[in-house]
Order: sequence, then C-alpha cells, then structure tokens
Amino acid sequence: MFCGSGGVGKTTIAAATALGAATHLGGRVLVLTVDPAKRLADALGLRGGLGNVERRVSPEILAAAGIEVRGELWAAMLDTKQSWDALVLRHSPDEATAYRILENPLYRNITARFVQSHDYIAMERLHELHSAGRYDLIVVDTPPTRNAIDFLDAPQRMAEFFGGRLLRWLTVPYRIGGRRGARLVNLASRPFYQVADRILGSQFLEDIAEFFVNFQTMYDGFVERAHAVERLLRDRRTTFAVVSTLESAPLQEAEFFLAALAERDLPIGALVLNKTLSTALVEPAGEEAARRFIDDGRAIAEALAHTGEPALAEVARTERLLATLAESYRNFSVVAKREAELRSELAGAPDLVLTVPQTDADVHDLRGLAAIADALFLGTAR
Amino acid sequence: MGKSTVAAGLAHLAAQRGKRVLVVEVDAKGDLTDLFEHARVGFEPVEVARGISVMTIDTEASLREYLKLNLRVPMVGRIGPIASMFDFVANAAPGVKEILTIGKIGWEVRESIEGRAPWDLVIVDAAASGHVVAQLGAPEAIGGLVRMGSVSDQTGWLQALLADPEITALNVVVTPEEMPVAETIELIARVRDELEVPLGVVFVNRVLPELLHRADEVLFGALAEEPAGAVLRDRAGPGASSVIAAGRLAVALRRSRAAHLTRLHEAIDLPKLYLPELFVRSAGIRVTRLIAEAIGDELGI
Repeated sequence: MFCGSGGVGKTTIAAATALGAATHLGGRVLVLTVDPAKRLADALGLRGGLGNVERRVSPEILAAAGIEVRGELWAAMLDTKQSWDALVLRHSPDEATAYRILENPLYRNITARFVQSHDYIAMERLHELHSAGRYDLIVVDTPPTRNAIDFLDAPQRMAEFFGGRLLRWLTVPYRIGGRRGARLVNLASRPFYQVADRILGSQFLEDIAEFFVNFQTMYDGFVERAHAVERLLRDRRTTFAVVSTLESAPLQEAEFFLAALAERDLPIGALVLNKTLSTALVEPAGEEAARRFIDDGRAIAEALAHTGEPALAEVARTERLLATLAESYRNFSVVAKREAELRSELAGAPDLVLTVPQTDADVHDLRGLAAIADALFLGTAR
Repeated sequence: MGKSTVAAGLAHLAAQRGKRVLVVEVDAKGDLTDLFEHARVGFEPVEVARGISVMTIDTEASLREYLKLNLRVPMVGRIGPIASMFDFVANAAPGVKEILTIGKIGWEVRESIEGRAPWDLVIVDAAASGHVVAQLGAPEAIGGLVRMGSVSDQTGWLQALLADPEITALNVVVTPEEMPVAETIELIARVRDELEVPLGVVFVNRVLPELLHRADEVLFGALAEEPAGAVLRDRAGPGASSVIAAGRLAVALRRSRAAHLTRLHEAIDLPKLYLPELFVRSAGIRVTRLIAEAIGDELGI
C-alpha cells in the first residue's frame, strides 16, 4: 500500500515498484491505481486506458523498452462508482432491491460526489482482488486523502456507520410508520428527533430512512465484508510504504502518517523519498568550485579559450556563463541543504529509507519507470 | 503546489494595502501560520500579522456554532455529547462536512458584506483539487437532496454567494510540472461543468529562471565535455563537475517545465500570474514577502 500526499509521485513510485517486482522478483504483479489521468496507462503502453478490469502489460511492449520481466505485469484503475455498484449487486438479496438502491438519489450522491466513499471502496477493491487469488503481489496506489487516518479507518467506520445506533434511532419512526405512514408522532417530541428534523428536514430524513431500510437487507454481508477488509489491512502480508518528497508540507504529512500506522500497529515497510536532489550539491568541493567560477572567471575562461575548442573561443561570454552556472549551483545547493536538514530531522522513519533522485525529465514511459524500479530494487539510489 | 504560500502572499499584499484579511485554512496542516511565523491557530480567528487574521476550519466547532446561531436550539446541551450527534450528521448525511466548511466561510463573507464582521477580503486555502469540487458543490447537492429543514434554507443563499462573480472567485495554483498541469486542466473543466462558481486566475508557481540564452547552448555543451572538463577541474577543483551537473539539471528542468507551461497556455484561457521558484532554506515571513512582491509585480501594483 503506497501512501502519501498529492504531488509526491505516489502513482509513479507504485507503478515502478510493480514493474520492479515483476522484473526482479517474478510472479504475477498487479498495480491498482486511483489516478484517473491517463498517464499511467500511457506510461505502461496500454492504449485505451485503464478501468476496473485488470489489463496485462504485454511482454512485447516491455521487451521493446529493453525490459525483461521474469513475471507478469498487470494494471487496473479504480472506478469508484462501478465498484460501489458491483458491491451493491453482490450483497443485495434480490435484483429489485439492488436497483432500488442504485436508483436512490442519496446513494448516487454518496458514491459519486463525496470523497469519503473513495477511501473505503479502494480497500474493498483490494480485498476483492486479493480474494480472487490471481496475483502474487498487489501494489496499491492509495487515493489522496484529506487525512491519512480517514482511509486507514475507512473499513471500521463503514461497519460502524451501517451498524450505527444513531442511524437506527433516526430511522426508527420511519421504519415503524412506513414510508408514507405515520410521521414523527411519539418520537417527535424527543429532543433528538427535533434537532435532526430541524437541521435536515423530515423529507430528507424519510429519504435517508428509505435508503437505509433497503440497505439493511445487505447489512450482514456488508459489515462482514468491511471487517474482512480491515483484517486484510492488518494481515502480515500487507505492507505500507510512505512516499514523500523532501519538502516540509509533504514530509509533515508523511510523519503524521507514519505515526498513525505505528499507533495502529500496522507494518511500515519503507519510506520512499522521491525527487531528491543529489548530495553532491551540499559538498564543500562544489561550493569551492562555484566560488572559483566567479572569482577566477576571467582566467578560467582564457584557459578554456586556449584549448582551441571553437565553442570556447569567446572569453567574455564564457566568463558570464561560468558566473551564471555558479549562481545556479548555489541556488540548488540551498535547496539541497534544506533537503538534507529535513531528512536529518525526520521522525519515526522505518529502517528502510529509499531515495529516488530527481531526474532530468518527467517519467512518462516504461524506460523511466524501469530506471526508478532499478533504483528501488537494486539499491542504486540509496 | 504552494497553495498556502500563495494564499499567504496574497493576504500580505492586501494587508499592505490596508485591507483587513481573513485567511481560512481548510486542510489544517498548520503550515499557513508558519508562513507568518506565528503559532498554530484554531477555529477562532487570530491576528497573526498586521491586518491578517487566520482561522482553521473545524467542522465540529462549525456545527456547534451553526446550531447555536441558526437554530437557537435550547436543548443542544441536553442531547448528550455533541460529538455523537456530529458523528451521525457527518457520516449519515453525505456532504454535511463539506457544507459545514463552505457554510462557515460563506457566513463570514455574508457577515462582512452586511457590516457585522470586519473582513475586506476572505482568502480560503482550500482543499486539494480532488476535494474542492465536492466542497463547492455541496450546497447544490444538499439543496437537491434536502428540500426542507434549516439545512435547505441555508443552501440557497450559499449558492447565490458562491455564484456571484462580484464576491467569489476560484483561483488555481499550479506548478509547471506534468501532473499538476494535467490536474489543473481537469479541475477547471470540472468547475465549468459542475459548478456555478466563477473562476479567477491561475497562479503559476515555482517558475524556473531561464539559465541559458539560445546562443549559450553550444557553449554550455562544450563546457560539459572534454577538454573543457579537465581545465575546469584543474582551475576550480574536483567540485567543478558538480557545478556543471547542477547546470545540466537546471536546464533540463527548465525545459521540461516550459513544455508544461505551453500545455497550460493552450488548454486554459484564464489570466495567469507567474511566480518564481524561490531558492530558500525554509518557509517563513521572508517567503511570504517575496511571493507578495511577485504577485504585486505581476499585477503591476
């Protein structure tokens, strides 16, 4: 399970890990992404994009990129709405109930519009793929959540939600009176219903009730499922990897997440620091060279002109460029020092901290992914 | 993307020009007050710098305030711990969290317009792009679901407030990188498609300076090879190759970012403000000032 805040390259790292596992370890490997952009599909050479159904990255395309895989690489993208619908169809007692739920405006809103529903369904889909037993390794690129805890606690919350006492209280008058029957009669005098009614309006309470009366028909299956998903998260075969850049905001979130995992006794496999600058930028030799580029610029430019290389003939131009390069080095050096500082202050990091260097270009093809995979698996970037 | 930095810079610029500004932190990570070198703040607005107050959205506190102000529910204290009530409302009725967030912000704006709150400008450091559409769409979604009750009454004026171009603008902060640009293009399309909220400007943050003029490219190429390499190492020491390597990275990054800027240009017709990459050791009031200056320069003020 790859977690981390947005913009740190989580999807790329997850895909590279899956590719690396298929290349270096073998077996059937699936990467499940939540990134709706077509990027990953393009990078994997999967024309027509990704959906809920897993697709195999063809060995020919991998071979064409110079990658020899021992295993198989598969990819899928989470489609929240489709996954919810599948869940309802699976757990409903009959088709009529299933379609009543699917047509309910409240259900449509929960699944389509509101963010919390993604957290749960990603876990649910993982469980489904895991239970099918088709893969040796499933790499999950988790949805970017507002709060890391939200998604760790999603299965638990989902179970509590459908089994919630408050929910049952709230739907009691409607369940007793029937949808069009008695309104809030006896119970209406109770403060709880008064408040709920004044906030939400009785029509909405009726809609909620109808939805949950239907939903309750699949309650047992659903709650059992939520518990199973939670067990899977706690299973020793599940490992979490936190991805971050060496910038303060993503790191804060990473630390928060590491703490949350530790608190829940969930296994932390690795911390991946992505897009880091080279440590050569903080070495004194670099600063010394930058200083000389400026202080001895004229003399160096003249010496370069003496090489006879035509491009180096203009002394003044070379001197100016040397100064520009020195300035730029110093700029990047400041950032690299900041990164080193943040890295040394990192709290709660696991034993395995992997560093993936900032590359000259964006990663948008298999070669780029393979380079990261090698950095991760062969330790070339540690 | 530097959302908080831009929000803080904008607040600084407005405060400098005599405005009273409220900055609302939605995704409370606490880094917003860092930009004013002030301790973290809670739900109550705190003046963190002259003319700039900051508050952090807390949906439970927001609900409590809402019940007190709008419903005058006398029994709130008696229905047991408000937390369980909150849990119910937030979980059972989808979008309630979102509307409590957007409702509180809208309320501050309305109170200011009607002279009961002091703000000339309310800047919201909003949720990430994936969430913000759900948040801003909450009044409409809730309005469609809840047709009675006080929540329903609340959604009407909120929707009107959010749709008024004289009052509201949704501004997007983006960095010239592949993913953020793709997300921004998608976000703007979704906002136009699904919301009535007027779009403002796009802040293009962390733009790298042009290191090489076209004429210098051949020269740089020669510096990066032998025999120049030997001369540089001889005259400037073994670190010379690190300086050249950093130059190569700077040029490559600038180049790949330029391509993403072009894509942004072609896809989005909103006004754009360009803010430079700041090579600084840490975030703080210095960064906030630099960003404020850059925004001021772009606006010509």
